[in-house]
Amino acid sequence: MVPESYYVALSAGLFVIGVLGVLIRRDPLVIFMSIELMLNAANLALVAFGHRHGTMDGQVLALFVMAVAAAEVAVGLAIIVAIFHLRRRLSVDELSVMRG
Amino acid sequence: MQYAGFLLLAVMVGGSALGVILMRNPIHAALLLTVNLAGVAALYLMLQAQFLALVQVIVYAGAIAVLFVFAIMVLVPGKEETGPDPLSGQRWLAVPLAGLLLLETLLVLRSTAFQGSPAAPPVPSGEPLYRLLLTDFLFPFEVTSLLLLTALVGVMAMTRRKVS
Repeated sequence: MVPESYYVALSAGLFVIGVLGVLIRRDPLVIFMSIELMLNAANLALVAFGHRHGTMDGQVLALFVMAVAAAEVAVGLAIIVAIFHLRRRLSVDELSVMRG
Repeated sequence: MQYAGFLLLAVMVGGSALGVILMRNPIHAALLLTVNLAGVAALYLMLQAQFLALVQVIVYAGAIAVLFVFAIMVLVPGKEETGPDPLSGQRWLAVPLAGLLLLETLLVLRSTAFQGSPAAPPVPSGEPLYRLLLTDFLFPFEVTSLLLLTALVGVMAMTRRKVS
């Protein structure tokens, strides 16, 4: 049996990779993928904690996180598509105003 | 044997995650993201979360990955990040900062969590996940359905072209 701490350590590594992706990339699509990486890392930690305690609560919470992530991706990609129709360029550094 | 499987999955998941943030072409990043999500699903299986692994494959590796690939195909056909980077200095600063965050997280993990042997049985006992969703967690479950409906309507309202 692999100890749960290994899973949590791996999840910490994945989360940091996601943070790094958000910080170093300019393409909003890749930034979104990095956010997905972070949500996944958090899910993995939740499931590992639940496994450690022998309860299902961690898995239930991970399931809700997945639902929220799905909604978030849909809304985020819609915003990106709307911005693209307006600007024709995709770089987060140039998007500093909320006005269209 | 289990350690070998975990090691293999950890290398696969970590490598594909690094690939997601380092690939210059977004479509490669999206495909590597799918590999990463499938690897995490396999890790869920190793943690005896079979239902969650199934949902992970359907929702993440299925729907979300397809959504990403679709958006990339619509928006940036084969275009890569080019041109000079106005914030190059700040981006290099991000690497040591992320390393610091990793160090911090691992230190917290080492100092607090998982002292001693596990008290609980390795197999999660009690009710299965689907039954919990419709009994103890019924209210969050319903709120989630409302959230998905709101997201659906919001997305349709946002991407609608204005009739001129």
